[in-house]
Amino acid sequence: MSAVTEQTEQQEKDGVDADYGRSGFDYGKLLAITVGLSAVAVTLVPILYVVLGGFRTTGQLAENPAGLPDPWVFFKYRDVLTSSIFWHQMLNSIIVAAGTTVGVVLLGTMAAYPIARYNFKFKGVLYVIFTLGLMFPIGVAALPLYLLLRDFGLIGSVWGVIIPQVAFQLPITIIIMRPFLKALPKEVEEAAEMDGLTRVGFFWRILLPLAKPAIITVGVLAFVASWNAYLLPLLVLQGDAAGHTLPLGVQQFQTRYSSDTAAILAYTSLAMLPALAFFTVMERRIVDGLTGAVKG
Amino acid sequence: MQTKEASGTRPDPADTMSAGSDSETKPEKKTRTPEQVRRRGTARKWGEISLFTGPALLVFLIFVVLPVGLAAYYSFYNWNGIEDLDNFIGLDNYRRAFGDSAFVHALRNNLFVIVMSLLVQLPVALAVALVLNRKFRGRSFMRMVIFAPYILSEVITAVLWLLILQPHGPLDAWMENLGLGGLRELWLADLNLVMWTVFFVVSWKYIGLAIILFLAGLSGVPKDLQEAAAIDGASWWQIQRRINIPLIAPTIRVWMFLSIIGSIQLFDMVWVLTRGGPAGASNTIATYMFQYGFMRSQYGYGSAVAVILFFLSLIAALLYMVFVLRRDNIDEGKRR
Repeated sequence: MSAVTEQTEQQEKDGVDADYGRSGFDYGKLLAITVGLSAVAVTLVPILYVVLGGFRTTGQLAENPAGLPDPWVFFKYRDVLTSSIFWHQMLNSIIVAAGTTVGVVLLGTMAAYPIARYNFKFKGVLYVIFTLGLMFPIGVAALPLYLLLRDFGLIGSVWGVIIPQVAFQLPITIIIMRPFLKALPKEVEEAAEMDGLTRVGFFWRILLPLAKPAIITVGVLAFVASWNAYLLPLLVLQGDAAGHTLPLGVQQFQTRYSSDTAAILAYTSLAMLPALAFFTVMERRIVDGLTGAVKG
Repeated sequence: MQTKEASGTRPDPADTMSAGSDSETKPEKKTRTPEQVRRRGTARKWGEISLFTGPALLVFLIFVVLPVGLAAYYSFYNWNGIEDLDNFIGLDNYRRAFGDSAFVHALRNNLFVIVMSLLVQLPVALAVALVLNRKFRGRSFMRMVIFAPYILSEVITAVLWLLILQPHGPLDAWMENLGLGGLRELWLADLNLVMWTVFFVVSWKYIGLAIILFLAGLSGVPKDLQEAAAIDGASWWQIQRRINIPLIAPTIRVWMFLSIIGSIQLFDMVWVLTRGGPAGASNTIATYMFQYGFMRSQYGYGSAVAVILFFLSLIAALLYMVFVLRRDNIDEGKRR
């Protein structure tokens, strides 16, 4: 808030708008860079602390909690990277996220297709039912869902995480896919029909390839949601640490080895690395997906 | 609701009759065909619709709608999840919840996060977005870094801050170095302070989303509007207040909705940071539910809490639909 007031005062003093005028010094740009750098610092310092802390020993951390590694030690990271549990958890996270993504993209796009391009009774009702799903947080369903999964024998299985995650991710997927599928020109459909393609054939051969950008977007969102999920894996993947996903693993590691801060730091930074790497590659998609969902 | 929908996916004469009136309401429908062809096509059309929406609808009904319905059902029973479900107690679980000061405290904590998000995150995020909404070197890098915490899981975020905030941890050391050692607190163990700490960590993770959403909205504001205003002598602040902020109001409203829903459902972060402690001081509705439902196996009571959680989300969603979406739709209608 104060940033804005400052800016206004500067504008008034200058009498010229920094953004559009031709005054000698651009205070607006200076302010933007200052604010931007402060935000970057607030964001990066905690992350850097964790990453750098993994290169220290717990003794170093106790002596000087805020210091830099001196000397740099690598065995904390090495211990994590050579532990089979860490890799098991990584693999579990990948399996669950990939399964969720494939499932939700397939089912979500299929469901969005008639809602977007057919005209039928209950179309509106169907759409509303799916969108209402946004109002059901997984927390509301958690207790009965757990009992349900127990009856299905899915407790302890990755399917017990994947299938409910697909179900809970469907609403946002359909909400994003619908306008995209709707916007595809009708001529494409007519041309396909003239070539003797059925609607099902049209969906597989024409619509899916054309919808690729939107599919990547919803896929990325589903992947990230699954990668970060905690409550459902906590309920379903009980027991052996080798069966956990990474968020569960980090949390349990932190509880179990609470005295070995350096090891926790190494474990945490290695667990967040894939997400950050994925994010730097997919940033555009994620932002597009979120803003697209917001514009609905 | 469910049975009605199920029958709707089957072709029946009433649907065929209404097909004609449907195409009036939606003019983008495929080319008109003679009546008989259409009738035969209708059965096939319903077959295709069932094929495409069926699997998603099935998964959705079984794993989303059914559990929510079961939660409502269980909430009328005193039940531990194992015995027969025969101890019907009516609304007693709900009475118990609202009579329990720990639950009311959890409710108040959720409200605290909602209100503080709107009072603190919104103005800060908006100010940062407005200031950053210009071209300068390193802009896309800055945006990326600011947005990065959103991609971290709540668990990792919580563990990260748990380590930073621990007594004799780096935060204490940094404060010491800045000569602020006297202001050190037990950030996560102080009854009065813990919710402020939780709110800070929530904001650290989620404010980037607000900034990015607002920046995306701002990039959609036509440049000529701003230029015209500048030529007319409008100051920077006037341009923001009269043009930019009103034009991204729909984005702001959507963010408010997302923020409120997220605040109502807050679980992962609090659970890892404090487990709702100390002494229930940082419980949210969801952590309270988890404690009673799972850890004490009071499935009936936990379900009642879940239903309350659901109704709060529903109220927020309905208010949003009634006030915000309608307004946006009217705006859109005017523009056309």
